[in-house]
Amino acid sequence: MDFLRPASWEEALAAKAEHPTAVPLSGGTDVMVEINFDHRRPEYLLDLNRIELLREWEVGEENVRLGAAVPYTQIMENLRTELPGLALASHTVASPQIRNRGGVGGNLGTASPAGDAHPALLAAGAEVEVESVRGNRFIPIDEFYTGVKRNALQPDELIKTVHIKKADGPQQYSKVGTRNAMVIAVCAFGLALHPETRTVRTGIGSAAPTPIRAKEAEAFLNAALEEGGFWDNGKIITPSIAKQFADLCSGAANPIDDVRGTAKYRRHAVGIMARRQLGWTWEQYRGTGRTLEGAA
Amino acid sequence: MAQNTRTVPVGTPTDVTQNHVKGGIGESTLRPDGTLKVTGEFAYSSDMWHEDMLWGQILRSTVAHAEIVSIDTTEALVMDGVYAVLTHEDLPAAKNYGMEFQDTPVLAYGKVRHHGEPVALVAADHPETARRAAAKIKIEYRELPVITDEASATAPDAILVHEGRDDHHSGHVPHPNIVHRQPIIRGNATEAAKRADVIVTGEYTFGMQDQAFLGPESGLAVPAEDGGVDLYVATQWLHSDLKQIAPCLGLPEEKVRMTMAGVGGAFGGREDISMQILASILALRTGKPVKMVYNRYESFFGHVHRHPAKLWYEHGATKDGKLTHMKCKIVLDGGAYASSTASVVGNASSLSVGPYVIEDVEIEAIGLYTNNPPCGAMRGFGAVQACFAYEAQMDKLAAKLGMDPVELRQLNAMEQGTIMPTGQVVDSPAPVAELLRIVKARPMPPEQQWLAAGEAADVRALPGGLSNTTHGEGVVRGVGYAVGIKNVGFSEGFDDYSTAKIRMEVINGEAVATVHTAMAEVGQGGVTIHAQIARTELGVQQVTIHPADTQVGSAGSTSAGRQTYMTGGAIKNSCRIVREKVLEIGRRKFGSYHPAWANAELLLEGGKVVTDGGDVLATLADVLEGQAVEVEEEWRHRPTQAFDLVTGQGDGHVQYAFAAHRAVVEVDTELGLVKVIELACAQDVGKALNPLSVVGQIQGGTTQGLGVAVMEEIIVDPKTAKVRNPSFTDYLIPTILDTPTIPVDYLELADPNAPYGVRGIGEAPTLSSTPAVLAAIRAATGLELNKTPVRPEALTGTL
Amino acid sequence: MRVNFTVNGRPQEADDVWEGESLLYVLRERLGLPGSKNACEQGECGSCTVRLDGVPVCSCLVAAGQVEGREVVTVEGLAEFAKERTEHAGCASGTCGTSLDAAKKWEAKPGQDSQTGEGVELSPIQQAFIDAGAVQCGFCTPGLLVAADEMLERNPSPTDADIREALSGNLCRCTGYEKILDAVRLAAARQERQGEAV
Repeated sequence: MDFLRPASWEEALAAKAEHPTAVPLSGGTDVMVEINFDHRRPEYLLDLNRIELLREWEVGEENVRLGAAVPYTQIMENLRTELPGLALASHTVASPQIRNRGGVGGNLGTASPAGDAHPALLAAGAEVEVESVRGNRFIPIDEFYTGVKRNALQPDELIKTVHIKKADGPQQYSKVGTRNAMVIAVCAFGLALHPETRTVRTGIGSAAPTPIRAKEAEAFLNAALEEGGFWDNGKIITPSIAKQFADLCSGAANPIDDVRGTAKYRRHAVGIMARRQLGWTWEQYRGTGRTLEGAA
Repeated sequence: MAQNTRTVPVGTPTDVTQNHVKGGIGESTLRPDGTLKVTGEFAYSSDMWHEDMLWGQILRSTVAHAEIVSIDTTEALVMDGVYAVLTHEDLPAAKNYGMEFQDTPVLAYGKVRHHGEPVALVAADHPETARRAAAKIKIEYRELPVITDEASATAPDAILVHEGRDDHHSGHVPHPNIVHRQPIIRGNATEAAKRADVIVTGEYTFGMQDQAFLGPESGLAVPAEDGGVDLYVATQWLHSDLKQIAPCLGLPEEKVRMTMAGVGGAFGGREDISMQILASILALRTGKPVKMVYNRYESFFGHVHRHPAKLWYEHGATKDGKLTHMKCKIVLDGGAYASSTASVVGNASSLSVGPYVIEDVEIEAIGLYTNNPPCGAMRGFGAVQACFAYEAQMDKLAAKLGMDPVELRQLNAMEQGTIMPTGQVVDSPAPVAELLRIVKARPMPPEQQWLAAGEAADVRALPGGLSNTTHGEGVVRGVGYAVGIKNVGFSEGFDDYSTAKIRMEVINGEAVATVHTAMAEVGQGGVTIHAQIARTELGVQQVTIHPADTQVGSAGSTSAGRQTYMTGGAIKNSCRIVREKVLEIGRRKFGSYHPAWANAELLLEGGKVVTDGGDVLATLADVLEGQAVEVEEEWRHRPTQAFDLVTGQGDGHVQYAFAAHRAVVEVDTELGLVKVIELACAQDVGKALNPLSVVGQIQGGTTQGLGVAVMEEIIVDPKTAKVRNPSFTDYLIPTILDTPTIPVDYLELADPNAPYGVRGIGEAPTLSSTPAVLAAIRAATGLELNKTPVRPEALTGTL
Repeated sequence: MRVNFTVNGRPQEADDVWEGESLLYVLRERLGLPGSKNACEQGECGSCTVRLDGVPVCSCLVAAGQVEGREVVTVEGLAEFAKERTEHAGCASGTCGTSLDAAKKWEAKPGQDSQTGEGVELSPIQQAFIDAGAVQCGFCTPGLLVAADEMLERNPSPTDADIREALSGNLCRCTGYEKILDAVRLAAARQERQGEAV
């Protein structure tokens, strides 16, 4: 095993180009577990800790440019207004110690369906900026996840920045686990209202081979909200609409039975989370005086 | 047997001495190892380090049941940095070990019987070298069908997990795949059932729980010049280890010198051997010190677990709620090796009735050999599984009778004088009804605490916690009660003793005492209590606790809630003898100075010899003057009897302990997530020698019971008998956000048979906590929940 | 590889480090600082918690090579760290902590002398853990102390929910956490009193 310690982004890209099998190491919260338990012996570890730009973020007009290694703690504490869904998701990540090290880049790189950030990114809308010595490109989040623990990265590419749409409406995020803290998702759900475009977006985690959106449910809700004039009249969403939305979210899931939960439960829980989040976000949208920040 | 069980009833002169010496019994004296533990200097077994040491690594079986066709170590042996690669062929002497049954191979030979069984060993200069070498060992298995439950174990053509059994139970068991069977018949349950107005039956499943102590199995073996080995390990019972280790090394016991290293929790999981023999063999083979440390994955295979169980119960009652009869069958899965399965069977059987008066019972408990992970001791030891089931039955019965569940329990509660199904009379206080009254009388925790903040819901106070799954939707509160009975100490005629060596001398003009025992300090605070007892008995301020080792007689196991009773009793007894000797010296020297030397009851207090009237006769410094008094004595509790193998009759237990819980839970009924809001406990502790430790033990035991109620289970694939969740990622134990406030009330009703009246305290709270939480969840959801842990699937109909 | 970094204010050098080694392993097995504990090595238990450039992290998940040039505080240096913080608002003097020689000489000694905090300088949180009975087997204690100390630094008057959240990454199997909560409340109260006195 070789330990590569690039001092700059350019050096990192060069190292990755030279050693495409090198495993990027940032917070270590996935990679080091695999090394400690002898599940993985990469030829090269590519340490990204020295690269400042990966730990920086910038709030722009439309997007937040989030460095791949910005720790979840920072997101939770500093980006609650701009990225409420991701801030809530960050708060559910493991423990304070893990949140101090792990970042969204790690979730994306590992691309586990159970990664906590994915549903929030899918719901908010995001692009992943990846780069190699050949140049950079932007991968829409919807095209990023390509299979179980697989993503759209080329072997010589590194994740640099995640460009996430600033919230233009309420966002929520929940995850189900069998413990009240420090738990891997049995399943997770994120919802974002986008009043500017009068659309909603969803994200489902750990209930399909990859993180997914419940597109049919989104389409249904978009239509129902439009039809009922809800965006304008701000009325309470009728139970039948909420139920239909929840059922469609549930139906979008394609989960498996595993040691953490049954497929049946996952489908069920996605529906419950979808219904509750629709209630929470819509109440926020109706302007009951609450901020756009998550309630947690 | 030494006749020294005469006790000093609580409140007589021994209590007075605490006014003279700080840190005597009854005070919340602080731990003597506290500073070392908060500064990181306390040396746990995994912290051991030696110049030039090697690292030991075990290669474990990847299948649960298979013949070993071949093992090829060639490639591993030639690796740089590898000092030894061993298989069963290299074992120096006895190939098997075990506490009760010598059925466990040091390294598998012939076949492997469970997933994760040790097959080969490596010693290398770095853990990674050792891991790489272990990975190069080639093992060819021919897989066999797996035995995983009662049906597959006792099928007519079942493969025998152990061929040719020749142990103390093999003669009477109905099938060689049954480790032990213990029936108990008293009265006539079938006849009594006719008097019942109401009968309830139930089938219950208790999942496999892991001790999940935080300090992994580990230690250091250092080869000695005399051909022996010095072993620094974390264990619950040094002398039991020694008895098993020496024959496997082919060494006399005196050449295996064991010293207790710091123990990072135990809870039963260190009563059996883990790495002790393996590290020693590597050290003797290589001539170098060898350190072994299991990682968390390996730890799940490195120790026995709590027996999973299936329990069938029938209870009857008259319409006014009097229990008429009970029938039950309890099947405990012992896994591939017996460990303490037979004793767990005896416990489950003899305590299956719970803390209730039932004259007519028909009880059967069996322990199986299967290819599941071996199970043995864990806090509560057979009584936990039974309590979960009989308490569920009590709630069922109360519901059917339309009675308050606490009243039903109180109406049938055992008390002093009650006869157990084994025929044993409960001859010391048994305040079962009172304990229930206490927890019931506690004020209820406030409702909807998540709103307390005033603004948005505080998810930390809600089911799901930080995961933000509810802001109050679907949340229903439930309250449940349970009470349990646990035996204290080793039962069924076991010759259970402890040894204490006490030395008293004068150093720099001050009388000091040294307490030397082999008691395993596993975190429970025995070291604190021991010093308190010595201070109280000898009237000296300064007490040194000698490290536990095998240079003193056995202290028995730190388990079964027995150490304060047993080693505490041994220390008290040895101190009494020391006191007599000191007084004898005093009489010889100064007897002529004052008539009180001959006439009065003399005590040692504040470093002086005083009369019971408080007159000082001499200082200990004057009495001892450069002379040391040293006593090493064994001490026994009153003898017990084996249970009759047909009727189960016999005075099998030393002492009984009782605890009751009230659980208040809030359940997100839509998502099936549970938040325990409060888990109040009331327990009779006999005498609280250290109130701070007593409460700590009760809260800790309560939390382990909570864990098994809602999250803890080792999941074994029934098709392959392989463990599916050997990690802290998937075997979850409660975090601080899962654990509620645990208010504790304790009674001090002295047991006249026990030293100071103490009652073993560590285990009872683990019993009733689980069924109380289950009862509360049932109350919140209206569901019949017959399995631990309660998974969200069970609460949402999505299994 | 070779790794140079600062532990408890003192420069340390570890040689022949295997690239896959964790910071935890280097501290425990190479620098003679076994106070940080190896309970799970998968980031689930918090018993290996140290401060890395001031931030609490699981040292089992930090690769040794990642700490090159950085500052680590372990439980062994906590008392000194807390003292420096009170006096200078930070441990910058480079004189706090265990000396290299002392650390290397560290060896398991059965039968350490009996102590309850007298005669040893402890941080307020360490003393509170002893006084409140928050220590049983003690294996979780070092990680909890580092985490709790850092929380009190940020949030001197935590609510119970704050304490629970801050310590939710530290598993304890012995105490049922009640006395750990007591200890943190006690340390916070003492800190407040001390603050008023100053």
